[in-house]
Amino acid sequence: MPKLTIDGLEIEVPAGTSVLQAAEQLGIEIPRFCYHERLPVAANCRMCLVEIEKMPKPVASCAMPAGEGMVVKTQSEGALQARKNVMELLLINHPLDCPICDQGGECDLQDQAMAYGRDKGRYHDEKRAVSEKFLGPLVKTAMTRCIHCTRCVRFLTEIAGVPELGMMNRGEHAEITTYIERSLTSELSGNIVDLCPVGALTSKPYAFSARPWELRKTESVDVFDAVGSAIRIDSRGNQVMRVLPRLNEDVNEEWLADKSRHACDGLLKRRLDVPYVRRDGKLEPATWAEAFAAIQEVFATLPGSAIAALAGDMADAESMFALKLLMESLGSANLDCRQDGAALDPSVPASYRFNTTIAGIEEADALLIVGSNPRIEAPILNARIRKRYSKGGFKIATIGAKADLTYPAQHLGDGADALQSVLDGVSPFFDVLAKAEKPMIILGMGALTGPGSPRLVGAARALAEKVGMVKDGWNGFNVLHTAAARVGGLDLGFVPGPGGLATRAILDGAGSGAIKAVWLLGADQIETNALDHAFVIYQGHHGDVGAQVADVILPGAAYTEKHGTYVNTEGRVQRTNRAVFPPGQAREDWKILRAVSEVLGHTLPFDTLEALRAAMEAKVPSFAVRDVATPGEWLPFGESGALDVSGGPLVSPVRNYYMTDPISRASPTMAACTLEIGGEATEARTGTDG
Amino acid sequence: MSTLNRTLRSFLLLELISGFALTLKYFFMPKVTIDYPNEKGPLSPRFRGEHALRRYPNGEERCIACKLCEAVCPAQAITIEAEPRLDGSRRTTRYDIDMTKCIYCGLCQEACPVDAIVEGPNFEYATERRAELMYNKQKLLDNGDRWETELAMRLEADAPYR
Repeated sequence: MPKLTIDGLEIEVPAGTSVLQAAEQLGIEIPRFCYHERLPVAANCRMCLVEIEKMPKPVASCAMPAGEGMVVKTQSEGALQARKNVMELLLINHPLDCPICDQGGECDLQDQAMAYGRDKGRYHDEKRAVSEKFLGPLVKTAMTRCIHCTRCVRFLTEIAGVPELGMMNRGEHAEITTYIERSLTSELSGNIVDLCPVGALTSKPYAFSARPWELRKTESVDVFDAVGSAIRIDSRGNQVMRVLPRLNEDVNEEWLADKSRHACDGLLKRRLDVPYVRRDGKLEPATWAEAFAAIQEVFATLPGSAIAALAGDMADAESMFALKLLMESLGSANLDCRQDGAALDPSVPASYRFNTTIAGIEEADALLIVGSNPRIEAPILNARIRKRYSKGGFKIATIGAKADLTYPAQHLGDGADALQSVLDGVSPFFDVLAKAEKPMIILGMGALTGPGSPRLVGAARALAEKVGMVKDGWNGFNVLHTAAARVGGLDLGFVPGPGGLATRAILDGAGSGAIKAVWLLGADQIETNALDHAFVIYQGHHGDVGAQVADVILPGAAYTEKHGTYVNTEGRVQRTNRAVFPPGQAREDWKILRAVSEVLGHTLPFDTLEALRAAMEAKVPSFAVRDVATPGEWLPFGESGALDVSGGPLVSPVRNYYMTDPISRASPTMAACTLEIGGEATEARTGTDG
Repeated sequence: MSTLNRTLRSFLLLELISGFALTLKYFFMPKVTIDYPNEKGPLSPRFRGEHALRRYPNGEERCIACKLCEAVCPAQAITIEAEPRLDGSRRTTRYDIDMTKCIYCGLCQEACPVDAIVEGPNFEYATERRAELMYNKQKLLDNGDRWETELAMRLEADAPYR
């Protein structure tokens, strides 16, 4: 624990702490460009120079470990002069094009030039010019502005694990480039735009469209995957301009996946903004009263058992709760929030949650991934796994379709037989798990949606108990969801009640005529042609596949347009906030359900969102505890018995990362990404996965 | 004494005579009123009148959609929307000034890094309808084209002091 003095203040820091970090702890700000606390230290911008007594020259404080008895001066004349000189040097080749630069207004170089720069340049020769690079549909470059901090290179290499950017040549000729011109293939590439301290890398979809000072900032939560990353929605007027990550150490640190960041332009396309009613086989715009009357007319003649409801992957807990109450009052037990029919047991929360927690991955020392491709199902979570891998001593194996996960993983097999051999101790990976202190298993939707999945869950549970994954202070059994609404739905019990039908049975029932009316709450990932003969009410925000088969369309709000509660894959209850209003006559979903319940004669017992939330928390107490991953109690679940090994490989349900839901399917940016990056994946599209 | 003085002034019509004398004096002095609109008074090159968007001599519009004028406008009279033009350059798709909000402070032209938005010498743009005072980009560019000679002269005259 070296003790040092910075600007006359004494501080004791753990060995290995840099002078810059020590100064930060004291609240002393040292300017920097290349240093970033989550990236390896490069010390190439030289902006953080400080004077240290008994050292002949100014020292880069980000790379200098704190030493015993150091006397550091960050504000001495020498240090300030050194920084001023560095700033002048950086500005020699930096163009003065701030007015046309998208970084203008939120630029580190701009800010620090105000604080440390001279007011006039002394360089009058020609500036360096660098040709633009093509980095794909998300990142726009203006390489003349680059100051060679290499943050982008370090991020892609170390954190995203996709070493596609590098610095070529030296000195005046140094350039950041992809070695061969091609798109970045990382699902985290949008983060290099945030990292870039100047305007060399900017967001392509957002290019020139707004300035930071005219945006209204709303803190919210992402719903494009089940991770529930913290986001900030920047909007202007009634339009979401961009989505940026917000710091949440427990979930996304400060990163955000590309779909979550860039699919927001899909919020402007293909929106449902008025109610529709099908008349003579054609959907026609209608008023709310007409839509409600059409529903009432059908529902009045039906028994509860002929009505069913399915919740989609982006439904908020409030609307699912309201729909559940409505269905119960209509006498229907046919509810399901598992559109893919995943074998998830709603009675045991520990059986469908990511019990280790995302931050907990960093403590694990062995990992078995079954039927999941975290890289495309949850890129942020995959980055955590890679972070843990980078620290060393972390053995990873996968069962399921082979995929590049950005870190080396031993591939044990494609199907359930590989899990059987690990469980039986035949596979050498059993010993790795058994010897590990904190082993963990991740079950993906690829393992949970097949016909033999209840037994597969049972086998995974048996393995977890056999190798000691569940013990005091550690639960290594994890389920990785792909849908933001899934855990919330399971927590609420949006599942078949006594005698009720599940997704598959509802669809079959609609085909056979047993189910006469189906309420789709944003459910688009189902076989909609099975619903041809049923009366379908689609409540959602996009005119996607679900709306096409609907007889009545009720326009709802997207996640940026409502105050909603979502539970992420860990069981963390988080809330979105409204950034903009729903378009046209669209309304918040719970309000629609409240209004329709009155027409149907089963008025729901709440008039405000607060009352709804109070009722929901009274029914399901776990919703009262927010922003905490609550561990579930370890109770029996899953089926025991021999595994069905004939089922073939366990394939992740996400084939094309860039299009998984109605919003991203409507997004031009995501379409461009699919064309440019998702090449092979799109060929295998089946029509139900986008 | 004062009573006598007052009485004398009244009876000798002194006030009336001094009044006529003043009128007579101004009758022979040069006139300051002008025959507006046939004649016009001089304007400073810094006079802040109707706005215009200027172009470069090659016809390219100057405005680069940096939105500094929009940000600085104290009356929030300017609305700009931008996107990349087909050639990839940064241009406005919309540049509106609400002339009824504008307070003619000239901060927009001070903020402009490329001398695109300027307040010209024209102050005779009264309209019959309020809606005509909602200027759009085309109107402003037309203004620029119409007044360019004078705008350039004014900028040159003021250049040493900027």
